[in-house]
Amino acid sequence: MDEMDAIIGEFLVESYENLDQLDLDLVELEQNPTETSILASIFRTIHTIKGTCGFLGFSKLESIAHVGENLLSKLRDGELTLNPASTSALLSMVDAIRQILGCLESERNEGDVDYSKLVETLTRIHNGEDVEISEVKSSDKSPAAETAAEQPPAPAETEAEKPAEEEKPAEVEATETVAESAPEAAPEPEKEPETEPVALAADDDGKSRGEDRRDNDPIKDAEHLSKHGERREDAQRRKTAEPQKAGGGGVADTSIRVDVSLLDTLMNLVGELVLARNQILQYAPEMRDSNFQTTTQHLNLVTSELQESVMKTRMQPIGNIWSKYPRIVRDLSISCGKKVRLEMEGKDTELDKTLIEAIKDPLTHIVRNSVDHGIESPELRAERGKPEEGVLLLRAFHEGGQVNIEIIDDGGGINPDKIRDKAISKGLITKEQAARMSTREFVNMIFAPGFSTAEKITNVSGRGVGMDVVRTNIEKIGGTVDIQSVYGQGTTLKVKIPLTLAIIPALTVATGGGRYAIPQVNLLELVRLDGSQASKIEKIQDTPVYRLRGRLLPLVYLNKELQVDKVEESDIINIVVLQVDDRHFGLVVEAINDTEEIVVKPLGQQVKNIPAYSGATIMGDGNVALILDVMGLAQKAKVISQTQAKMRSETHGDGASTEGDRQTLLIIGLGDQRMAIPLSKVARLEEFNRKDIEHSGDQEVVQYRGEIMPLIHVAQLIGAGGPAEDRDELHAVVYTRNNKSVALVVDQICDIVEENITVKKSGTRHGIMGTVVVQNQVTDLLDLENVILSVDPTFFDEEVAGLLEGN
Amino acid sequence: MSDETQFCTFYLNKHFFGIEVEKVQEVFRYQEMTPIPLASSTIKGLINLRGQIITAIDLRKRLQMPDRAEGVLPMNVVVRTADGAVSLLVDEIGDVLEMSLEDYEPPPDTIEGMTRELVCGVYKLEGTLLLILDTTKTIDFGEPANA
Repeated sequence: MDEMDAIIGEFLVESYENLDQLDLDLVELEQNPTETSILASIFRTIHTIKGTCGFLGFSKLESIAHVGENLLSKLRDGELTLNPASTSALLSMVDAIRQILGCLESERNEGDVDYSKLVETLTRIHNGEDVEISEVKSSDKSPAAETAAEQPPAPAETEAEKPAEEEKPAEVEATETVAESAPEAAPEPEKEPETEPVALAADDDGKSRGEDRRDNDPIKDAEHLSKHGERREDAQRRKTAEPQKAGGGGVADTSIRVDVSLLDTLMNLVGELVLARNQILQYAPEMRDSNFQTTTQHLNLVTSELQESVMKTRMQPIGNIWSKYPRIVRDLSISCGKKVRLEMEGKDTELDKTLIEAIKDPLTHIVRNSVDHGIESPELRAERGKPEEGVLLLRAFHEGGQVNIEIIDDGGGINPDKIRDKAISKGLITKEQAARMSTREFVNMIFAPGFSTAEKITNVSGRGVGMDVVRTNIEKIGGTVDIQSVYGQGTTLKVKIPLTLAIIPALTVATGGGRYAIPQVNLLELVRLDGSQASKIEKIQDTPVYRLRGRLLPLVYLNKELQVDKVEESDIINIVVLQVDDRHFGLVVEAINDTEEIVVKPLGQQVKNIPAYSGATIMGDGNVALILDVMGLAQKAKVISQTQAKMRSETHGDGASTEGDRQTLLIIGLGDQRMAIPLSKVARLEEFNRKDIEHSGDQEVVQYRGEIMPLIHVAQLIGAGGPAEDRDELHAVVYTRNNKSVALVVDQICDIVEENITVKKSGTRHGIMGTVVVQNQVTDLLDLENVILSVDPTFFDEEVAGLLEGN
Repeated sequence: MSDETQFCTFYLNKHFFGIEVEKVQEVFRYQEMTPIPLASSTIKGLINLRGQIITAIDLRKRLQMPDRAEGVLPMNVVVRTADGAVSLLVDEIGDVLEMSLEDYEPPPDTIEGMTRELVCGVYKLEGTLLLILDTTKTIDFGEPANA
């Protein structure tokens, strides 16, 4: 229910703001009835309110806003001109809306005041009938008067308990004054005593109300006054509530609205302060003055704390945007005839305000997509043997300086074949390309522009403009989005975004005497080749490439791209492996320095249009360094336009596979056989000298990190090839579980590959889990746990869970 | 009176230039800069001015004058622009001069090259001419600065 409350709360705040504007606009409009821009603004406001309350199911509010909108649309189209009567009617409509909003806030319902007369008046004006002001007045006064007579409590509390808006307490106070200053006023009160205090209630809003009234607005007066009538009747009761409210107006008292741009400035200043602090810290050790030392330390602490606090001012829990989803999911699932349960984990995960705003729409889109396309109808789910109720899990957490958001559904998943057909029929890819693409790539094609596989376009999604916009928006803020889907079992979307935009972690590199920062988001790994290995760089025509774990990595020389001369010749080659848009390339730099948190600063307009840079930053020593725009660099070096090259490298070796998970596998050699082990199960790769092997009973053991680790000769165990040749060096794969390690001796460590694999169960060979196709070769997948168990049946005993997970 | 205008003056290749004093944020001596590879040669680099990163434009290059002699360090005239501050590199800084409109003349049409485009007026001084730079045009490179 609190999610719902949050939505209504937001609606209220938004509507109050709009209404205040509306008061001003209407009065201004009356003075310039031909000013269409004001009319358009009023129309929009009412339309927004109507739309939102329709969505939230507030029918009474909607009906009032609806007739108001009709009238306004006629006014806007010039079919009617504004006269005092219609202005009054519109103003009383605004008041009615305000009243209902008040009820909503205090009682969570629309109140039971009857507004049919107001609606009728508005309709009549809309139909072009002449309505006298007096008529408006009388027609409108009656419900208000009724209110006073019959339902005193509701509207009274309405006005009194609007603490959310800043001007409300003032207003309450003012009306209070009225109530007290004119206690003898008749139920049919005069105008004067009220107008003044309200006008005095200061702030724009108060002023505008004052103006309203001066602009002959009897209805409003009547209504207001009748409200005051009620107030008086209700005064006793409210007196008890009043003090509570004073204390309870907490939200407004303890928090203030601050312009985000002010926070930005603050953030920048703190950035500068941090840099200045860093510089002082560099000099401090040279000074012998202990006072200075102490002060420096103090400065250091305070600065860090300040930085943290300022960062915090911009942080908001992701729950703020998630709170809308239960409702969206509920309504959507009902309209699609599905059953969906929404689960959320990590609501408190905080991220920068601007980022929250930026991911709001993409996330909502993803959630809608998951309900609309992902989760199947209950019948289908039953057919597939799943529980009727689908589960949509939102999970957010911090990891590696990034915020990870996962949207996981257990729905139908994405059918890669369907995507392929669609992509081919839309001409997004050719058949030849399709034949080479992996499942994962097909699944990721849903991010391609103009792609939608929904059978029919629903009002929710399916227009084909969705996912590419989602991806563009997320990438715009330096984030990434990845999708994994198992057909028939569900889809997982992983969104990774930086914690904040202003300060990012970056790797600093040097080339040609200059220092450059590379945002960590783009960074995959660093490779260093020294003298003898330098020859491993091969050339296709003139394009240098490097074989990174069996895959060709195109190389880009930073000094060539930036057209600067190398400062020093050395035989060491540093490759920074970067990722852009799923494409990998290696950037060759002269030196790799360090990773640092940098404050991103924009470049001046004279240099903004150089695609190689995304900004500049000031380093710890006070000098300026340029931030490389990896995307721009890739485009400049033409890495990125080589779609085919990418496809080749990505699908290299698994052209035939259409299903499966992407996994990193360790390829080992046993005799003449190749075997694969999921890299996730490998703790370390070690080499042991035969001399170091000792015996404990029959078991060969080695001393390893202060422990005794048994050796298992895998080849003999599973009967692959003959006994290993007698070499001095033994290659071993160390497997660790529950602090116990065992070394699996293999003949050769061949390679590490990342591939989409499909495990095909094969016979019942001992110690083999199945076969997979890796790099176009059939490779047996070693069942590590089984192998270990056959040697040491008690290995997993201490933790059964470990065994389960292993299988 | 309004026909008295103050100018911050400086020298460039023996020529005497001026910029309205309100447009100048500050002047300072040579400071280490970070060169920007790929940028046009007119742009000398980026300067850290108390935490603000500003672009330094070599006015000699901008006005198509010959380069400064080796080892001669330029000085910075930082001008405010809508886009933030930009530093103009000049040979030497002169005084702030108050000029009267009486001495003003539009630049003669016979001046050639960039100077014609960037100089928006001339004040006649005894023995020399003060050329007034249009800062907006000076820092606006129009086409991409891509080299």
